[in-house]
Amino acid sequence: MSNAPVTPDTPDDLVDKGRNLDEGPAGTQVKSTKQRKLTRAEQRAVDAKTRLASPWASAFAIVMAILWSIPTFGLFFSSFRPEREIKTTGWWTYFQNPGLTLDNYDEVLFGSSTNFANLFVNTVVITLPAVIIPITLALLAAYAFAWIDFKGRSWLFVGVFAMQVIPIQIALIPLLTQYVSWGLAGSFWVVWLSHSIFALPLAIFLLHNFMMDIPRSLIEAARVDGAGHVKIFFQVLLPLLVPAIASFAIFQFLWVWNDLLVALTFAGGSPNVAPLTVRIAELSGSRGADWHLLSAGAFISMIVPVVVFLGLQRFFVRGLLAGGVKG
Amino acid sequence: MPSRKTSRRFLALTAGMATITLAACGGSDDGDDGGDAGAGADVTSNVDCAAFEEYGDLEGTSVSVYTSIISPEDQPHIDSYVPFEECTGATVNYEGSREFEAQLQVRLQAGNPPDIAYIPQPGLIRTIAEGYPDVIQPVGEQAEANVDEHFDEQWKEYGTVDGSYYGAPLGANAKSFVWYSPSMFEEAGYEIPTTLDELMELTETIASEQESLPWCAGIESGSATGWPATDWLEDMMLRVNGPEVYDQWTNHEIPFDDPQVVEALDAAGEILKNPDYVNGGLGDVRSIATTGFGDAGLPILDGNCWMMRQASFYQANWPEDVTVAEDGDVFAFYLPSTSADDQPLLVGGEFTVSFSDRPEVEAFQAYLTSPEWSDVKAQTSGPGWVSANRDMDPANLESPIDQLSYELFADENTVLRFDASDLMPAEVGAGTFWSAMTDWIALDESSEDVLSGVESSWPSE
Amino acid sequence: MDFLLTATTPGQKFLVMFIAILLFVAVMGIVLWISDRPRIPSWVTVLGFLAPAALLLLFGLIYPAFLTIRDSFRDRSRSDFIGFDNYATIFSDAGFRTVLVNTALWVVLVPLLSAGFGLMYAVLVDRAFGEKFAKTLIFLPMAISMVGASIIWKFVYEFRPNQAGIEQIGLLNQILVWIGLEPQQFLLNPPTNNFFLIAVMVWIQSGFAMTVLSAAIKSIPDDIIEAAKMDGVSGFRMFRYVTLPSVRPAVVVVITTIAMATLKVFDIVRTMTGGQFSTSIVANEFYDQSFVFGQPGIGAALAVLLFVLVIPIILYNIRQMKLSEEQR
Repeated sequence: MSNAPVTPDTPDDLVDKGRNLDEGPAGTQVKSTKQRKLTRAEQRAVDAKTRLASPWASAFAIVMAILWSIPTFGLFFSSFRPEREIKTTGWWTYFQNPGLTLDNYDEVLFGSSTNFANLFVNTVVITLPAVIIPITLALLAAYAFAWIDFKGRSWLFVGVFAMQVIPIQIALIPLLTQYVSWGLAGSFWVVWLSHSIFALPLAIFLLHNFMMDIPRSLIEAARVDGAGHVKIFFQVLLPLLVPAIASFAIFQFLWVWNDLLVALTFAGGSPNVAPLTVRIAELSGSRGADWHLLSAGAFISMIVPVVVFLGLQRFFVRGLLAGGVKG
Repeated sequence: MPSRKTSRRFLALTAGMATITLAACGGSDDGDDGGDAGAGADVTSNVDCAAFEEYGDLEGTSVSVYTSIISPEDQPHIDSYVPFEECTGATVNYEGSREFEAQLQVRLQAGNPPDIAYIPQPGLIRTIAEGYPDVIQPVGEQAEANVDEHFDEQWKEYGTVDGSYYGAPLGANAKSFVWYSPSMFEEAGYEIPTTLDELMELTETIASEQESLPWCAGIESGSATGWPATDWLEDMMLRVNGPEVYDQWTNHEIPFDDPQVVEALDAAGEILKNPDYVNGGLGDVRSIATTGFGDAGLPILDGNCWMMRQASFYQANWPEDVTVAEDGDVFAFYLPSTSADDQPLLVGGEFTVSFSDRPEVEAFQAYLTSPEWSDVKAQTSGPGWVSANRDMDPANLESPIDQLSYELFADENTVLRFDASDLMPAEVGAGTFWSAMTDWIALDESSEDVLSGVESSWPSE
Repeated sequence: MDFLLTATTPGQKFLVMFIAILLFVAVMGIVLWISDRPRIPSWVTVLGFLAPAALLLLFGLIYPAFLTIRDSFRDRSRSDFIGFDNYATIFSDAGFRTVLVNTALWVVLVPLLSAGFGLMYAVLVDRAFGEKFAKTLIFLPMAISMVGASIIWKFVYEFRPNQAGIEQIGLLNQILVWIGLEPQQFLLNPPTNNFFLIAVMVWIQSGFAMTVLSAAIKSIPDDIIEAAKMDGVSGFRMFRYVTLPSVRPAVVVVITTIAMATLKVFDIVRTMTGGQFSTSIVANEFYDQSFVFGQPGIGAALAVLLFVLVIPIILYNIRQMKLSEEQR
């Protein structure tokens, strides 16, 4: 599949080679001899025709969008309703009786001795390195698996791939034991390290798939020019992979942002290190009945991931384009 | 107090040791022998530090506390440490977590235990004492002396494993209560029942006279679903079979599915599994399994049900605008026994277990067993908290339910029994027992079947 | 330099974070610089690229996995070897068959449904008006933490009896009442309650599937589509003969990833039913045995069982990898 939209400057001949290499799905053997010279308007016209333009299809999409978002909207309205009403009437009665209270948010944000802003800082401090480090390491490893020939490569890769299924719970005690003996337990360092480790198998697997889709010709051409692996990695592959990296980054971001278990185990609940989720998890209260607080809390913790998703959405689209994800 | 002198010497001794062996812990006692009479005078607050002199100067030290008690009940705990912190100079770091039971075992195994853990199940204390004999610390001398002096000896037994004393009592709660609406009872002309038979008669009367059902119940509690039903069975065990059989059952000296247990469960089933009696405002019998225990009493407020059996701590679950009083919106009566003279009381509570022998940790554990702490805690908590400390000042308990609990704890006639599921091994007490009771209700399985299921899951050792 | 370990102010924390990142960049720089020296043996280069990740995996996953396999043959104190007793315990337990069946249901239905819904949605909104907004709606569930998700679905499944003076607070039951039916205890009745729990996971994972597959669809070269169009292909046939074959590899990746994630997930079951009412799955049992019941041996055996369950998925992927290797 093509890299063209990501790298508009790439000479067409390279792109074409890439396509030729990747063609294959039965029934779609089409020579890519045509150059793309369509204007935007023409392109749109083409797009419109390629869609499944039946009214049934549109209806299905709309129904699905509604089904998927209704639960979340329920949470949104609930977060503005008083406790008693949440427990006795449905959130949809909100429209007949639109009372609005910010008490739930007030309680979540300021109702505890633990400073909410402080936890927010912790979450950010935990998240950034826990996204950067595993992606970097996974990129390098994925490159080795995809483009360096060495003995046992396939088996090693299968091994890494299989590691995805290891439940992180089994690693908690062995890791914590080591961290304690190093004197690092309860610091940011071990939280970053742990998140990095747990992210690696999936990151290597997905990024490897992206890398495999980069046309061999590109790499070979660089090799002929005498470039070493490091140079190829940084100068040829990385630019092509930027969007792919951004897309995996958002998923890793989400997982770390919403993580409770790793933080709880390695950082402890100490307000100096604990992330937002530790506080959110407590919001339902000792008796698990404080839904009103939980709905507000869940909504607050959701805001940043959604903003990040919206901001990076163009990377998603174009990101996976780079590789088109190939099994 | 005779214990004070010894403990002071003991503290000074351990403090001296601490500077040598535990220097790496960041802060340790500076070796002050703790006899400094002027220590309290410097503190500029209304806290009277006289009672804290015995702990010595713990300036710069810190104690970590790990508990299952989370927001909003955590703040009263944190506040209750203030006098200790101000008078001794030590800092107490509180950490509460919903995942306490699992995380505590992870931390113990990894060699990263907290200084003090609040453990609500004596069964877990036993598990830890057997699994980590080198990590768990016996209760300090002074704390033990406090327990001997201020608590019924039964509370000491719960914290004792094979002759070693590990768990000092903290809070307590009385479980044998039935919540009701005094005004509804008055309007209908119902009397508070004083025997189990009267209770059943009242139930029958309500069922026939009223449109709403007599009882409501809920046993859903997330991953702990089922525990409120185990309390029902335990209460009935105490009433139908008496405390001796209850103890045999708890200690597995009789099988879990002994006919006497079946009888007790059937007694609970007469209410819980009778569609004419439950589940007022919440659905049919099976809805008990999916109703959150915290919400189970709310139909009383709307007149949809009349009674709900739940512990004293349930008063914190009523919405804020509800008055808990004998002449208020809701109140609770003692779940009566077969005769009015019998007074078995099912109780629960937390115990402090120490994993460090640093002097500040021992001092803190001792503080938690003192009447002073119970008084402070009662003030910071408000309604819904009580201690089994006989020498606390009941005037600090503002809620009548807490006062009632306190009186029951202190009453010589009361036969206290700790929640059996908390005493049993965790895979039963926090596992098969819960799920058996849930199946008993949700899948309408017979009493014999669910009990024998638990029996077969009892660990063979 | 105490703040490196115990940062307390936001300034210190960000400083520590930057130091960590710089340190990481510096170390990686040195590693790569060494592996790029001229005339260095090629195994050094391989090491330079692979070793950092490999070391972390060895330390953080392989070593614990090894301990787990070992513990699965030991008793609850982790000291005495007891052969296959833990496995025997698991398989002789009457309730465990249900757990296995449930797990199989999860691991088959969640990936297929998530990928199915994700793919359909991605195709339908592709290049449609308001595409970004439409995709955000499906993505939202991914951004919500598990605790949030459990409360959200409480407002969907919650049951209240159908009687005067009592209103439904669960949307699904309200709808049943509106159309004149009796409200249902969705989470109480096996085996259907499993499907209602699976729905929650599908709801979350569809966003992942949709995002990845949408990108794959967009990467189908325009000329392929144009050529197909010239042949008169459109609508469903376009989907069947052009789109689907082109994104097939991406579908395999999505299904694999979600299947692996599904085998491990336990929060949904734990928070919504606590594994009661015959809804438990292997991951939930594993958590209980290891961390609640103090039975690390049985917990470990369950974890090993997870490894075994995933073997078919691994084999299938190896085949796919071989195929794509040949195509290169």
